[in-house]
Amino acid sequence: MAQAFFWNREAECLPRPELEKLQVERLHRVVAAAIERVPLYKERLGQAGITAGDITSLADLRCLPFTTKEDLRDTFPYGMFGVPMEQVVRIHASSGTTGKQTVVGYTRSDIGVWAEVIARTLGAGGTTGGDIVQNAYGYGLFTGGLGLHYGSEALGAAVIPLSGGQTKRQVQVMQDFGSTVLCCTPSYALVIAEVGAEMGVDFSRLPLRVGFFGAEPWTEGMRTEIEAKLAIDALDIYGLSEIIGPGVAYECLEKAGLHIAEDHFLPEVVDPETGEPLPPGERGELVFTTLTKEALPLIRYRTRDLTVLDDAPCACGRTCRRMRRVTGRSDDMLIIRGVNVFPSQIESVIVGIEGVAPYYLLVVDRKPGKMDELEVRIEISEDIFSDEMKELERLEQRVLSEIESVLGLSVRVKLVEPKAIARSEGKAKRVVDRRDLFK
Amino acid sequence: MKVSQISVFLENKSGRLAEVTRALADADINIRALCIAETIDYGVLRFIANDPAKAKRVLSERGFTVTETTVLVVEIEDRPGGLARVIEVLARAGINIEYIYAFLTRSEKAFVVLRLEKMEEAAQALQAARVRILTGPEIYAL
Repeated sequence: MAQAFFWNREAECLPRPELEKLQVERLHRVVAAAIERVPLYKERLGQAGITAGDITSLADLRCLPFTTKEDLRDTFPYGMFGVPMEQVVRIHASSGTTGKQTVVGYTRSDIGVWAEVIARTLGAGGTTGGDIVQNAYGYGLFTGGLGLHYGSEALGAAVIPLSGGQTKRQVQVMQDFGSTVLCCTPSYALVIAEVGAEMGVDFSRLPLRVGFFGAEPWTEGMRTEIEAKLAIDALDIYGLSEIIGPGVAYECLEKAGLHIAEDHFLPEVVDPETGEPLPPGERGELVFTTLTKEALPLIRYRTRDLTVLDDAPCACGRTCRRMRRVTGRSDDMLIIRGVNVFPSQIESVIVGIEGVAPYYLLVVDRKPGKMDELEVRIEISEDIFSDEMKELERLEQRVLSEIESVLGLSVRVKLVEPKAIARSEGKAKRVVDRRDLFK
Repeated sequence: MKVSQISVFLENKSGRLAEVTRALADADINIRALCIAETIDYGVLRFIANDPAKAKRVLSERGFTVTETTVLVVEIEDRPGGLARVIEVLARAGINIEYIYAFLTRSEKAFVVLRLEKMEEAAQALQAARVRILTGPEIYAL
């Protein structure tokens, strides 16, 4: 077995009965706080006739109603905050289904919890105070950058806040500053490897030792490739901004599933159709209840991520349950370069442009050593077809800039002939994902 | 004076142009002149046919995206400076050219197809400079 490292051995290896006792206490507390402070929960739980007093065991969890991304959208921006703004010290956001972002808030305590779970994440890969963490997750509204940043500092490592992009500079810094830990999306890790190789860098001679890669789905094949090319251990990290951001679950060096920080986030897997909880080992939709979050307490939040829970003990000694790699979505959301993309966002742009047929196809691809690419194919119609190239380019440019401003992601627009996009009678096929991430 | 040109949107995939030329051949349409403008993803085929209305109909029926555009076709001397003279007339008149292509026949003349920013003004300027502008029937009969 791999060597086991811990940032917080006590919390991560708490005997199950103690952990479950703690979870029930915290669940009771979060339900009480949600009913008291969040109107939506007051109303919804009130209608269901549930009070915090009803929560006496983890089995009571299944009586609670679900929370969805739509709830956050309906209460945009701060309607589900559980504290007054005086106590909120940070706001992040991610894209939503209809152009409105999903806004999340943090109290000082929430920021502390977040840093703690990231410190556990980094610690599980053997990171210590002596390490130099090159953080190439994007800094900004996206939770990746600042999440890893504060977690690295909490652990006592030296963090280099490079943010994403400028790949040659990333490689240069890695060489000059002697980075030992890399944090970024897995596809960007491969870009760094590719660019480094072009620059003649032999990564096996650099002190880089381990990487924490997340914010997008990836595969065992990519792990093998990253580990070989960068000469490191590549670990998966999972999270979503609604729950806290990265750090909700993380791999240890066993690389056998992601340990969920269960003392803070209570997981379930449910049947996405019926909502019925599924036993460990069965694939379904991951649902989280935040146990310690103050600014945005969420009860049974539907992540739409499909995975399997594993309650078998891990060789590392952690007692918290593991989730397998996310193997799909129960909605049509795509994750491209760490950005959430809903096809409906693109549709709303296209139907707003006169003369463009309401047919589109999204083609997602990940070429070796390159970042994910999103190609938006739209059909040219005789109404808008001009034989002057500049008119066609103007049209492409307009579609491109409107989509990019809605998604916050660069895309490629391709004009295709009419009827080139298949019409279907039922649910139209709007996405071709060539990344094969879920196979 | 103005001549009808047919333009077809073509995705960049092999065999697509062949489908156009086959469709035109089967409909007994003769192409007098053509050019293709291309980008990385698609091309626009522009051509002048002996029967533009029929050409357009035939291609539309086969699902192509087709449009009809008016262009000027002028005659130039098939010798050095022949084209320069015409272009200079347009330059002096301050008229921008959107695109241009040329074709030859079995004569001492060459012909230039012009899509211009200001078609009326251009025609006047060319006529004033005694440049011969061809009509549709004249081209089809070449």
